[in-house]
Order: sequence, then structure tokens, then C-alpha cells
Amino acid sequence: MEASTVAKIAGPGLDKKTLLNFLHQMLLIRKFEDKSGELYARGKIAGFLHLYNGQEASAVGAISTLAEHDLLITHYRDHGYAIARGLDLNRCMAELLGKATGIVKGHGGSMHFFDVSLGMLGGWAIVAGHLPLAVGLGLASNYLGKQQVVLCVFGDGATNNGYFHEALNMAKLWKVPVVFLCENNLYGMGTAVHRASATLEMSRKAAPHGIPAQRVDGMDVLAVREATTKAVEHARRGDGPFFLEVLTYRFRGHSMADPILYRDKAEVEEWKQRDPIVIFRQRLEKEGLLSPQEMEQIERETDELVVEAVRFAEESPDPPLTDLYKDIYADP
Amino acid sequence: MPIITYREALNHALREEMTRDERVLIFGEDVVAYGGAYGVTSGLVNDFGDKRVMDTPIAEGGIGGAAVGAAMGGLRPVAELMTINFALLASDAIINHAAKVLHMFGGQMSVPVVFRMTGGGGAQLASTHSQSLEVLFAHVPGLKVVTPATPADAKGLLKSAIRDNNPVLFIEHALLYRVRGEVPEGEYLIPLGQAEVKREGKDITLVAYSRMALVALEAADRLSQEGIEAEVVDLKTLRPLDMETVLTSVRKTNRAVTVEETWRTYGIGAEIASRIQEEAFDYLDAPIHRVAGVEVPLPYAKNLEQAAIPDAGRVVEAVKQLFVRTGV
Repeated sequence: MEASTVAKIAGPGLDKKTLLNFLHQMLLIRKFEDKSGELYARGKIAGFLHLYNGQEASAVGAISTLAEHDLLITHYRDHGYAIARGLDLNRCMAELLGKATGIVKGHGGSMHFFDVSLGMLGGWAIVAGHLPLAVGLGLASNYLGKQQVVLCVFGDGATNNGYFHEALNMAKLWKVPVVFLCENNLYGMGTAVHRASATLEMSRKAAPHGIPAQRVDGMDVLAVREATTKAVEHARRGDGPFFLEVLTYRFRGHSMADPILYRDKAEVEEWKQRDPIVIFRQRLEKEGLLSPQEMEQIERETDELVVEAVRFAEESPDPPLTDLYKDIYADP
Repeated sequence: MPIITYREALNHALREEMTRDERVLIFGEDVVAYGGAYGVTSGLVNDFGDKRVMDTPIAEGGIGGAAVGAAMGGLRPVAELMTINFALLASDAIINHAAKVLHMFGGQMSVPVVFRMTGGGGAQLASTHSQSLEVLFAHVPGLKVVTPATPADAKGLLKSAIRDNNPVLFIEHALLYRVRGEVPEGEYLIPLGQAEVKREGKDITLVAYSRMALVALEAADRLSQEGIEAEVVDLKTLRPLDMETVLTSVRKTNRAVTVEETWRTYGIGAEIASRIQEEAFDYLDAPIHRVAGVEVPLPYAKNLEQAAIPDAGRVVEAVKQLFVRTGV
């Protein structure tokens, strides 16, 4: 019986199916990213491509706590969040290839995934620029009595920007239901966090604004989930914003254009020992929740999904030239 | 029709739109107890409460972004940024975000937000508080930029701006708030993107907007005394730009002078002159002249500031030069 085996690994609400789904999602993100990197190297994907490898536990753990009507707004490294939120994988890949069937019709590319039907409101590519937007979304939620929690994701680099402090200050003043989720992956582009931030604990930056904060191990999907659950509950109760610092690491460069000259290979290898997918898989196996057959099935399913996404994207048409002038203005 | 000030007209527009649509709310700097730096939001909190009229910190980036986010969340915010000079701090939200949402996200969502602000010089506030930066925003596809010259226009255009589903910059002029004029009572709207012939004439077209439309009208009166009948076109909206009204007028008068408070280089006059040249070249009997602000940061001293901003005298002079030069 499943219920008895679950108790050891996590709290209530986490049955085996959910746990295996976390593994499935993390693996799907990893494979989507690896394939995207490959397609970029082959010249099929252009622009900036910021891969999410290493940070999968953050997106999967955090998104799993959101209700259907909640909102999500993220930075430019957005594929992981989009996939965890359930955006159509085929249309995401088509977007990377700049096709008409892309999730935003080929108008946005990698950094601007968006699907209003799933409350995924971007994909924003100006560092820290979307934090005030989250405050506005939270204001609208309160004003309209929607009880929507807004999960706002950004990196450690964003916390050094003025918009960060303006947003946190206003969030607290207006008591908006925003969970600020800072993914501290130790580098803002190529600048190590200690060279850009006067404090090394991003979570301390919430204190001057009177916002409760917590640091969490971002390589552990269940730890992220647990912390985000509390943060979301706090916001949903009407207690205002919450700040989470997720300690994580990106295994690849800032973008595909990054030669990664600024960090030791040893450091990367050390973090790869803490690969969130490997760790979680081992844990599930140890707890007897994942058989070799089940793992094989997850591998196969995720492979197939990515293969299908690439096929769909490659077979999709380019946007028609008439699209160039579309969607500049909405009808009055 | 009642005669009220430009400031009152704006206040009435806000009041009517807030009454009509509960999703309309106002937030910005000192809009509650203070009533807005220029008094436009005066008294609104008494009628609509502090949930719908909210003060913000002096944090334009935060205000701008929150306004965009609130619009994305289903509201129709009117954000007051006090002055266009401070809008520079909110320009990330306005230019990078508000203008792009509809297009960059594949048409899934538009951003019905109005950014209200004061622009222009003439009040001896020195260079950082006297700027006409509307060109900066009018340059950007995805934004609408509205610049009313009269109380009636201020009311009708602001009501339309609030109902518009696009991001609109509503730029009021610092020296117009006390100007009085007839304003129709009750429901009336002026469409965005439509210029108006404010004075008919046969000899030359003066193209202007905001306070310079009034300056152009004054110049036209003076020119009339000397036998030149100028037609005055008030653009009212800088983006989208209504060239048809301008071209129709120029095809009739065969001459044009543009009048703007902004700096000449890359200014509105440059755009208008170029478009006339492209589309009505054959109708022109003379080169198009531009009357514009002097290309300096605006000084504080009264005489220097006055020398930097166009007035009716300079417009009259420019028009006369044009007639002398072309031998009419």
C-alpha cells in the first residue's frame, strides 16, 4: 500500500504518484534544456539561450505549491518554470525555433515564454524589471478579491537593483500576496555573488522591508516545496509578501554565448555531485518508491516528449510576414 | 457649457471614469491627501476611498511596474508620475514592458494603463523640471501619447485614454492647469489619434500640440491682422499620429510651419515636415519651417527661460519669413 511508504519521505499530500511526477518534471526540464543547447549549437536556435540545468528542483518544488488560479512571473531563465507550470512543451520548443506555433507566436523567443491560460505571465528579460510588476499583480488580486498568490522568481543579481527594493517596500506597504523567490545560483552572469552583493545572504535583504524570509537548499526539491508551501500559505492568508532564497547552482554558463572563464571546473564538479535529479532519484530508490522499471519508464516518456517537441517545432511553419504588424496595438 | 479649468476638467474625467468602472483606480505620488502635485486628484479619495486612490512612495520604477502589473491583473490603473522628468525613472516599465506585452507575448494580453504626468517648461523650475520629453515616448511603437491643449480636450481625451486597452502616456502641461475653457457636461469622449483643425485659414498651416497649440492660435490671430490667414492644426495625440488632418490642411494652404516646445533636433516638427514632404510635396509652395525650443537645458532665470521657449512672436516671425522668402 502506497500510503505507508510515503510517510518516511515527506509530509501529507505527497503520494508516490506526486513524487514520481516531480522526478518526471525535473528530468523533462533537463532533457529539454540539453536538447535546446544542442539545437543552439547546430544553429537552429538563435538569440540568447539561458539554460536551467542544475536548478530544476527550484522550479518543480516551488510550482507544485501553486493553485491553478495563482500567477507566476519569472526572469529570462524561464524554461524550467514554464515546463513545471505545464506549458505546452511542443509550443515551447517551437518558440525557440521561432515558429508560428510558438508559445508566443515566435515574437518572444527563449526569454519570453508566456501563457495566460496557465497564469504564466512571462518570461521577462530586464533584470529586476518584473519585480514591480509582481506587486501590481498582487494589488489586482487583493483589489478584485481573487486570492491569487503571485510567485515572482528572480536571480541573486536582481537583488542589487533598485527595482528590487522599490518592489519589496511597496509589497510590504500594500500587503500584497507575492512570494518573492530568489534563485541564488552564486553568479549574476559572470560576476560571483560576493563581488556584486555586499551581503551574501539574499534573504537578509528582505529584513529592512519587514518581510519574513527563509533560505532553503535549492538542490532538494522537497525542501523547496516545503518552504514554498509555507510562503504561499502566508501570502494566501493575507499576511502579505514572503521572501524565499533558494540556494542553487547552474551547471552550464549564463547563456550559450558564455565561455565560462570565471569559475573553477572543480567548483562546478563539486556542485554536480549535488545534482538535484540524481539526489532525488537516489532518495526515491532508497525509500523503495522507484523501481528500475519505473525509472526506465520515466526516462522513456521524457525522451519521447522532447523528441516529439523537436519534431513538432521543426515541422511547424515560420510566422507569416503579415504577422510583423500584428499585436502592436489592441483594439481600443 | 460650463467654463472650468484644465485641472478641473481632468478631475471630472477621473471622477466620471471611476464612477463608471470599478476597475479604474488611481495610484501615484501624493494623490491622496495632497490631491496631486498639481491638484488634479483633489477630493477623489473622499468619494472613492483609499482603496481606489492610493499614495505611493516616491519610487517611479515601482509605480510604473506596479501599474503595468495591475493592468495585467485585470485592473485599469491610472498612475500619476507627477512629471515627465520622473517618468524617466519609470521608463523601464513604460518602454521595455508596457509597450511590449501585447506583441512580445504573442497577443495574449494587452496593458490598459494610463500614466499621467506633467510636461513642459515655463515655470522657472530649471532644467530637470522643465522638459518636453514626449518625443522619447512617442518614438515607441506600442505606446500612445496624448497631449491635450484645452480643458475640453483634457477631459475628453483622458476619458478615452482610460477606456483604451493600450498603455497611454497622458502628458499635461504645467502652464495649462489654470487655463479655463468651455467643457461639455456629462459623457463625451474625444478619440485618441485624431487631430483637430482648431482655426480655419487658407494661407498657411500651423501644426502644434499641447500649450503650443494655444501659442499657434495666438500667432494666427496676430497674422490675421496682417492679412495672413493661418489654419491651426492641434495634433492632440502624438502617437498614433493623425497625418491625414495635417495633409488635408497643407494641400489647402500649401505652406506649413510646425510649432513645438521640444528641442528641434529629431523633434515632432522633424517628423511632421518629413511626412508632409513624402506625401504632399507637390502641394508645397515653400519649405516647411520649424519653430521649436532652443537646444539647451532650460535655465532658471526668467529672461533666459523665455528666450528658450517658443512664443507667438516667434511663430509670427517664422511665418512672415516664409512669405517674404517665397515672394508672396
